[in-house]
Amino acid sequence: MGENVLLKPARAVGIVGYGVYIPQYRLPAGEILRIWAGEEGGAPVKEKAVAGLDEDTITISIEAARNALARAGIDPLELRAVWVGSESHPYAVKPTSTIVAEAVGAPVHIQAADLEFACKAGTEAMVAAMGLVGSKMGEYTLAIGADTAQGKPGDALEFTAASGGAAFIIGPAENSLALIQAAYSYVTDTPDFWRRQHQVYPEHGQRFTGEPAYFKHVTAAAQTMLEQLGTTPADYAFAVFHQPNAKFPQRVAKELGFSKEQIQTGLLSPVIGNTYAGASLVGLTAVLDIAKPGDRILVVSYGSGAGSDAFDIEVTDLIEERRKKAPSTRQYIDRRVEIDYATYARYRGKIVMK
Amino acid sequence: MEKVFIAGVGQVAVGEHWEKTLSHLSTQAIRAVLRDAGSPQPEIVYIGNFLAASISHQANLGALVCAEAGLRGVEGTTVEAGEASGAAALHMGYLAIGSGMADCVVVVGVEKMTDMIGNQVDAFAVQSGDTDFEGMQGLTYNGIAGLLMQRYLDQYQTPRESFASFPITAHRNGVNNPFALYRKALDLESYQKAPMVSVPLSLYDVPSYADGAAALVLVSRKMLRDEQKAVLVSASEVATDTLALHDRADALAFEAVRISTANALEKAGLTRDCLDLFECWDAPSIYGMLSLEAGGFVERGQGWHCATLENLALNGRLPIATLGGIKAHGFAPGAAGVYQVVDAVQQLRGEAGQNQIASAQVAMTQALSGAAASVVTHILRKG
Repeated sequence: MGENVLLKPARAVGIVGYGVYIPQYRLPAGEILRIWAGEEGGAPVKEKAVAGLDEDTITISIEAARNALARAGIDPLELRAVWVGSESHPYAVKPTSTIVAEAVGAPVHIQAADLEFACKAGTEAMVAAMGLVGSKMGEYTLAIGADTAQGKPGDALEFTAASGGAAFIIGPAENSLALIQAAYSYVTDTPDFWRRQHQVYPEHGQRFTGEPAYFKHVTAAAQTMLEQLGTTPADYAFAVFHQPNAKFPQRVAKELGFSKEQIQTGLLSPVIGNTYAGASLVGLTAVLDIAKPGDRILVVSYGSGAGSDAFDIEVTDLIEERRKKAPSTRQYIDRRVEIDYATYARYRGKIVMK
Repeated sequence: MEKVFIAGVGQVAVGEHWEKTLSHLSTQAIRAVLRDAGSPQPEIVYIGNFLAASISHQANLGALVCAEAGLRGVEGTTVEAGEASGAAALHMGYLAIGSGMADCVVVVGVEKMTDMIGNQVDAFAVQSGDTDFEGMQGLTYNGIAGLLMQRYLDQYQTPRESFASFPITAHRNGVNNPFALYRKALDLESYQKAPMVSVPLSLYDVPSYADGAAALVLVSRKMLRDEQKAVLVSASEVATDTLALHDRADALAFEAVRISTANALEKAGLTRDCLDLFECWDAPSIYGMLSLEAGGFVERGQGWHCATLENLALNGRLPIATLGGIKAHGFAPGAAGVYQVVDAVQQLRGEAGQNQIASAQVAMTQALSGAAASVVTHILRKG
């Protein structure tokens, strides 16, 4: 490959703190099958995480950000940006990011904005954060990917559209628990999934969401990253791929040459569903919860529309003391309250009274 | 009547060609067929297509297909006969050469399914049935086939597994065909475990819609350049039945298959024993079974005893789906009838590779539209 297209900041940057939040409610796929398929047929995941009545992308972001700040051990006043990537911002106009910033104690002289790029808005926020810190315009930035994704009742997406999110404090390499050595984004105009203004539920291109969408972009981003860094799958202790269901990330990992062992820690969609802008980032938090210093991690997100962001991450010695300072991803997954379809319908506003 | 020869075949691999348009597909097949036939100049292009006007919102394919293929000015029209459109286009080409009106005709079957997704596709695909009495009631192509299969199971008390020979044969033969959508063998256990699509029709009983294009060059004797490669079209017979299933006295009879097969054999002056292979309409698998029975290859109600893996195999008594058939090739409706002929021609030319049937001389192909409402049968002989 010719031109070097990797993103590498002028100043080395990394993850100073990370945090996750997954709502406690779980809707088993069997419940959806019971209502819509007469308990016949298969499901793309085992169950999904569902936000409660008092939860939304803002509250999920705040919870995750507080966990990230706890691990980072920095003063929130040191933040210079709060960016929240989501496709379910509670307001069409009015930023999620300002509410989150004020709730976590960020100063007023910050950059704040909401990003939307289907399931990759969170990793896009990470790349922006790398840029701000990497250019020395600021020391610390908060990048979040969170969603309370909506699937149309009865649609294939209803099995997977889940709630959850992850937050990352991006800062200088010397204070990082993991270095972000490079990022790379691969983006095309591919209409595989969309939701227009005023529409409640997204639409998707069914089988078109596979080969020409997810697989093409994830594969291209990962391969370019590996080629230009001169690495092979064997160089990575872990890999995390966007996980819209259980099958896609496993297939793309296999095709790229990654083993089951490399992806299983970060593969959470079977038990929490697809947390959209949070999906690959929540997977990364699960990896950081157990990774050892020196471990290398490949993360590749995917957002419909379409694009993939790839990151090459290397864990530092600081991981050991910091990861204990907030609840682990496993703890959130284990904090599980099973609900039935009726409760889910109420919690997710699927019963319209007027 | 002038003799009609197939001087070339060309095809696009059946698949989900998201990035290709209708005319990309037809052009690719036409370029391939003209190359194969030694670059003749066609006078007419007959286009077999079923769903372009619905799925791609595109009619008037004559102009589109010819111009895109570099044949601007050439006569071009669409032939529509539901899922048998491609075979019907070949019939029109046969008439044009046979009548002496033309000496070189291109036949191209093309279908672009992936311009549309989901239920809308089914809503348009039902148009090969009776819209008022079937389509409007929600009876789809596979729905009708499911009813017929249930009727067959009830009437003859057969096990459902007796239909497995059709998809297993097709998948086994598709493995070696680079133009087939499915190149993976299928075993009985997978067939038995497959989810239902339209009870008792399972996933492996039904064809898979996909994009595709296949083409033929037809010439008269005086235009024939390569005698070695030439395949003679000995018969081309179209027959129809009632459009709606409920108008038939005997739903399992497939009268149009009976008439079309009998007429074709008579015109070709052949008996069933002369056929070295039969590219039948193998999916839905019930249609394969009913075609063998209505075509007179086996007694009514006995198909399930005779349609064994051994009998349908490449070295069996009546090889079917020799390069994957409808099932493993993938189902591009308007092109399917042409793919069948392309496969048969490869067998007769001795170019079927690992799937070659030893010294194949005579082949029959048969395309069904709807529940065999229109049936197009061709008999081909090594030239």
